[in-house]
Amino acid sequence: MIAPAFRVADSDAPAFVVELSQFTGPLDLLLSLIRDEQVDIYDIPIARVAEQFLARIGTLGLDEAADYLEMAARLLRIKAQMLLPRADGEESWEDPRAELVRRLLEYQQMREVVDLLEHRGEERRHQFNRRWVPQTADITPISAPLALTLTDLLGAVDRVLRTAKEPVLHDVVPRALDVAGAMSTVRMVLSLRREARWSDLIGRDAEPWQILSVLLALLEMAKLGELRIAQPRAFGSVEICRDAISEAA
Amino acid sequence: MTPLAKLLEAALFAASRPLSLESLATLDPESSPAAVSAALDELREHYDVDGHGVEVVEQGGGWQILTRAEYAEAIERAQVAVRPQRLSAAALETMAIIAYRQPIGRAEIEEIRGVAVGSVLKSLHERGLIDIVGRSEGIGRPLLYGTTAQFLEQFGLRHLEELPRADELAIALRGAGSTAVAE
Repeated sequence: MIAPAFRVADSDAPAFVVELSQFTGPLDLLLSLIRDEQVDIYDIPIARVAEQFLARIGTLGLDEAADYLEMAARLLRIKAQMLLPRADGEESWEDPRAELVRRLLEYQQMREVVDLLEHRGEERRHQFNRRWVPQTADITPISAPLALTLTDLLGAVDRVLRTAKEPVLHDVVPRALDVAGAMSTVRMVLSLRREARWSDLIGRDAEPWQILSVLLALLEMAKLGELRIAQPRAFGSVEICRDAISEAA
Repeated sequence: MTPLAKLLEAALFAASRPLSLESLATLDPESSPAAVSAALDELREHYDVDGHGVEVVEQGGGWQILTRAEYAEAIERAQVAVRPQRLSAAALETMAIIAYRQPIGRAEIEEIRGVAVGSVLKSLHERGLIDIVGRSEGIGRPLLYGTTAQFLEQFGLRHLEELPRADELAIALRGAGSTAVAE
């Protein structure tokens, strides 16, 4: 997960910074070192491997390499444990490398599956299925100019506002928008149910300022990653649901 | 071709997803599942023997009409269709772990891969290859992930059992005491 650090112009930059990006993680790098050294995975010369591991990550920026540094620390601890004297013929000695070996084997096994998936996926990529898509999903890309007449726009505004209560003209109370209040309403609704529709969030006789508050609240919360807004079909009703992924993070 | 085989051909042509045997059977209530299965074989043979540019393939939990691999390059060169993007090595590793250990949480995946996988999970989820299948009983009730039908389809697998079992892999986990070393 290291971002490739291309430093083409800077000829002094060590070549292995770029090289490291070819590894998918510390276990990948470690496995490759072990392979290069042609040593037995069950009897890793931990001092040598740790030294090389450190050399490879040595010049990386710290924040880039947290996962690698954690592994480096682990290697050094194992190296230290290996140096501890142990009594002759001690039966109960537990190889400090055992856990690392287990992880390396597990990782290597997973890599075998990766090769298999890569192969199958590559084969499948050479075959196309029918590109049948429902006509309604044909939404004009955002970059294109919006093909919309003023009448269309006003009609849409009218449809939204028609759900709103007719304001009583002689009793106009100027009210600012209450986005924070609307956000807590939306949060409350979404805490009770996973999905909601626009019509669930605004009452039957909501006033225009309330509708606008809810709209701004939804956009704000979508931006914050609290919820997701989807419209499966063009002009279909909008689905609002909790963002499960960001919830997990 | 029998009328049933023609009907199946039409349905497979109209569908954008693999059709399961069950949904194919609903096309003609008169026909038994065995008859549908036989008609599928007939259709597949028809495509193979007469030499068509497409073939009937079983994958992703159903049947699908796909173009033959040898035409991929010409089709893509003419920009008729575009091959889906390859997954990155990091995404493939994550995918492999989920396929074998599902349902699995993020922490366990990170333990195996040795790196943070949050953004990889998000992009696999967006591609429809994995889905949230539940929550663990553990602390914080973390989300559990599993593979989707889309995963099977994109990797040309009929079903999950088509992947080799863990003990069939060259380096089965035998415990660190074993002498066998792969390669």
